[in-house]
Amino acid sequence: MVRCTAIKMITEQSVQNKHLILIIGIGNPYRGDDGVGLRIAQDIKKKSPDHVNVIEQSGEGISLMDSWKDSDIVILIDAVHSGAQPGTIHRFDVHTQTIPTKFFHYSTHAFGIAEAIELARALKQLPQNLIVYGIEGKCFEAGTGLSPAVEKAAQEVLTRVRHYIQNVLPRKDTEYHEI
Amino acid sequence: MKSRTIKVDYLARVEGEGALYVKIKDNTVVDIKFKIFEPPRFFEAFLRGRTYNEAPDITARICGICPIAYQMSSVHAMEDAFGVAVDGQLRALRRLIYCGEWIESHVLHVYMLHAPDFLGYPDAIQMAKDHPDIVQRGLQLKKAGNDLVALLGGREIHPINVRVGGFYKVPTRQELAPVAEKLKWARDAALETVRWTATLHFPDFEQDYEFVALRHPEEYPFNEGRLVSNKGLDISVHDYDNHFIEEHVQHSNALHSVQKGRGSYFVGPLARYNLNFDKLSPLAQETARSVGLSNVCRNPFQSIIIRSVEVLYACDEALRIIEQYEKPDKPALEIKPHAAVGYGCTEAPRGILYHRYRIDDEGVILDAQIVPPTSQNQKTIENDLWQFIPQHIKLPNDQLTLQCEQAIRNYDPCISCATHFLKLTIDRV
Repeated sequence: MVRCTAIKMITEQSVQNKHLILIIGIGNPYRGDDGVGLRIAQDIKKKSPDHVNVIEQSGEGISLMDSWKDSDIVILIDAVHSGAQPGTIHRFDVHTQTIPTKFFHYSTHAFGIAEAIELARALKQLPQNLIVYGIEGKCFEAGTGLSPAVEKAAQEVLTRVRHYIQNVLPRKDTEYHEI
Repeated sequence: MKSRTIKVDYLARVEGEGALYVKIKDNTVVDIKFKIFEPPRFFEAFLRGRTYNEAPDITARICGICPIAYQMSSVHAMEDAFGVAVDGQLRALRRLIYCGEWIESHVLHVYMLHAPDFLGYPDAIQMAKDHPDIVQRGLQLKKAGNDLVALLGGREIHPINVRVGGFYKVPTRQELAPVAEKLKWARDAALETVRWTATLHFPDFEQDYEFVALRHPEEYPFNEGRLVSNKGLDISVHDYDNHFIEEHVQHSNALHSVQKGRGSYFVGPLARYNLNFDKLSPLAQETARSVGLSNVCRNPFQSIIIRSVEVLYACDEALRIIEQYEKPDKPALEIKPHAAVGYGCTEAPRGILYHRYRIDDEGVILDAQIVPPTSQNQKTIENDLWQFIPQHIKLPNDQLTLQCEQAIRNYDPCISCATHFLKLTIDRV
């Protein structure tokens, strides 16, 4: 699917950047399903092309704002707890949607992802394209490993993000597949 | 008879999640419970059977805001066990990385979490709409701390460069130079921050606290010193367990830490400042005095000014260390593990963080004890609420709730350190 609306035109300057896409995995590997964002980021990193930069973060909002400030396309992946079925994949296009602040409160940070996005919006510092994947977790207790439903969702998000990466090449024409 | 309950499901703008329960009958407070649900026991159990050199990276995961504090307390405990003293430039680099963590943690709290309370905004996002320049200053100032931690720690979040005996890699003077440039700006911004926070309006509120902090003969404390208080405590970190005890309370899974036979105590920026004012840099002392602070501050609402003074000190101290820096020959001292018990206590942004480890001859951890600062302040926070709520009891529920939240935020409680998920509930019945 060709997308020209939510994903804005990529500037010539950004195309020349080595890292066109920034992928941020968020979470704590010692808190069960909270580690799903980190796991996906690590898997993407294993086979990521040159135009993709993959980083891991704890979810502290100000650091997030800083890490995405030089990137035009940002994909953020984290666990969420909204009451939906474990393994549900939520997807937000930040330029067209507001993220409920309680959505990501399991990140444990008072100034977390939702706050960082809204503060960046207030200060006009949002990246040109910012997509957030939230994977509904089941268990956030101390421990390692993912619940089966979350593991399955992680594979699905991994496939979607890899597909996107493969279809956004550092080139000057501006047609991109939806993430 | 009239009774009311205040309920707040989530305590906003504290790290983690908190639960507060207040019960009021006939304008009298009859019950207050500040709840924390889960102690860091998982990490203590998780450390058993791991080797001594894994402790810094594992414990750093307890908190995304103060990982350096966990790394510092763990490496000092291990070095204490094995009889190693890290000194010279390696010791200075440890102070330097701790400066970075104080800057980022304090600035986050001052600008994003605490200031909206005083300026009447529900959060920093709303505050940014009216005061974009102030919020931008906070963001840039925090960045100076982030850069320092990223350079010395290998990366900003969950740094990986700290090890028992020193570091895996140490910077050159040239690598530190650009950070120093940013710190010069940060020092000016910190000075402005002190002046700005001092203009806020503070409730008149003081108690007869026992402040506890590290004290070192030559410097404002980060990693070393004796544990002292304003009421006569003066002990080695080795004696911590003889003087402090963690008590289980029914409404909280986190243990309340108390001084044996003496009760609650107060740790964090106010305690450090009150017990170590004379060790602040001349610029930090002079600035504190210029905004009307004396060398003792007992009002926890004014902790926002004291945090700002500590940010100023951390910038000043970081610049001093960088100016005198010479790259050490080796990034770390050699460690030869043997069976021993080691104790470490350092000044996390929120106060003293105690670690104790028992190690076997192979360097394997047999048991671990971790006491985070928020566990230690928990009882004092409850005590504050017992005093504070009666003074404001006539306020409507929503306003009283906000005031209670603000009183809790005075302590910058890092509930993700003390526990992980803490629900906050204020009830009026």
